[in-house]
Amino acid sequence: MSDPRATASGRDYGDFTQRDTALHPAAYTPGYKTSVLRSPRNALISTLNTLSERTGPVFRADELGPLDNDLILNFAKEGLPIGERVVVHGFVRDEFGRPVRNALVEVWQANAGGRYRHRNDKYIAPIDPNFGGCGRMLTDENGYYVYRTIKPGPYPWRNRINDWRPSHIHYSLSGDGWAQRLITQMYFEGDPLIAQCPIIKTMPSEEQVRGLIALQDPGNNIALDSRCYRFDITLRGRRMTYFEPAKQGDK
Amino acid sequence: MNRPTFSPISSFGPVRLPETASQTGGPYVHIGLAPEQAGFDIFENNFGNVLVGTETRGERIAIEGRVFDGSGTLVRDVLVEIWQANADGRYAHPGDDRDVPTDPSFRGWGRAGADFETGVFRFDTIKPGRVPGANGASQAPHVCLVLFARGINIGLHTRLYFDDEADANRSDPVLTGIEWEVRRRTLVAERSVRNGAVVYSLDIRLQDTPDGGRETVFFDI
Repeated sequence: MSDPRATASGRDYGDFTQRDTALHPAAYTPGYKTSVLRSPRNALISTLNTLSERTGPVFRADELGPLDNDLILNFAKEGLPIGERVVVHGFVRDEFGRPVRNALVEVWQANAGGRYRHRNDKYIAPIDPNFGGCGRMLTDENGYYVYRTIKPGPYPWRNRINDWRPSHIHYSLSGDGWAQRLITQMYFEGDPLIAQCPIIKTMPSEEQVRGLIALQDPGNNIALDSRCYRFDITLRGRRMTYFEPAKQGDK
Repeated sequence: MNRPTFSPISSFGPVRLPETASQTGGPYVHIGLAPEQAGFDIFENNFGNVLVGTETRGERIAIEGRVFDGSGTLVRDVLVEIWQANADGRYAHPGDDRDVPTDPSFRGWGRAGADFETGVFRFDTIKPGRVPGANGASQAPHVCLVLFARGINIGLHTRLYFDDEADANRSDPVLTGIEWEVRRRTLVAERSVRNGAVVYSLDIRLQDTPDGGRETVFFDI
């Protein structure tokens, strides 16, 4: 008997496991002030997965440019950007440890001084003319991704008047199904601002905070060139389908 | 029957790793996901809000919307993505291998930032066909949406249905699965014709608003 949802390719495209909401921030987190007016008051309505949630967009390598995962060079005009040269790499897996292949990983960040190249960022720290601050890549057959960049600086923001974000890189992941869509942020091991950040404090547990901290990976430093950080990501997994649920009313 | 494949990182049984925690996309989400809107040109090929090409089959439509916070103020920094089936109701993904025509010139996915002034987001797409639901039911034509923004800690999932599909909507398993009938209409976009083009408009409310606007239904999918 074969899995009714296995396709011609032999892969299982069954339902995703339920999202464990206890692993994520709640919508309403008043310490992060903007969430107060931007959080639903009603409970989310849980639905069964359909094809709409089990499938998702497919991206091709030829849609990306050769420097898209090199933030040191992909906006360099007349020289190199200023700041700490770092390589960030890791694996994207699902909850059951399987690699998530061909996932679109998109990253964006501030420059070494904490300034974003965005028309709405008015922080006094200067723009770096040779640094854009975004990159993207597809995971390989093992779920592996790698990019290099300049380590971003912390920056102030109007939450409480003296709040500062720790150094961080934003991540967007588009996996193998719409239900896996995830946006998050990566922090750097040892940063003392992590313990004070209202956005990090929206998270429900220390363990989940640790899951967002990239670890120094000195074995993969490139001598006299770049330091290295390791950051793995877990997306929702697909449940194995041995038995279909009974239709309502059936025995 | 296929045997379960155990994770290579444990030989003792299946593991269950915790899903990576979500964090807000923040106010500068455009830098990574829509750099031209952030104000600079970096990639040769940008992902955008136009899902159709000249070859794409189906009825051309525009989807337009605005997002409001709990004070009734426009959320001008929101980023919206959509995912939908083609005109025949098939998704461009290997998990949809039904005997329904594919459309090589339709990916079914797009992203758009709201305009920083007007707060309007827009997609140029086609009206999707019907797709099967759970347990053999048939779903009404719909578009899946997800919203990311400053202040939103985890992406908000919702759906857009079409007001000229009233019969199909009445039997849609997801819509009718919303116990509170009054809330179902928050997902139904209004059809209009503007300069000869079909536009479906939907306002999304993150919370009930002072003008009486009802909070949009959001899903845990």
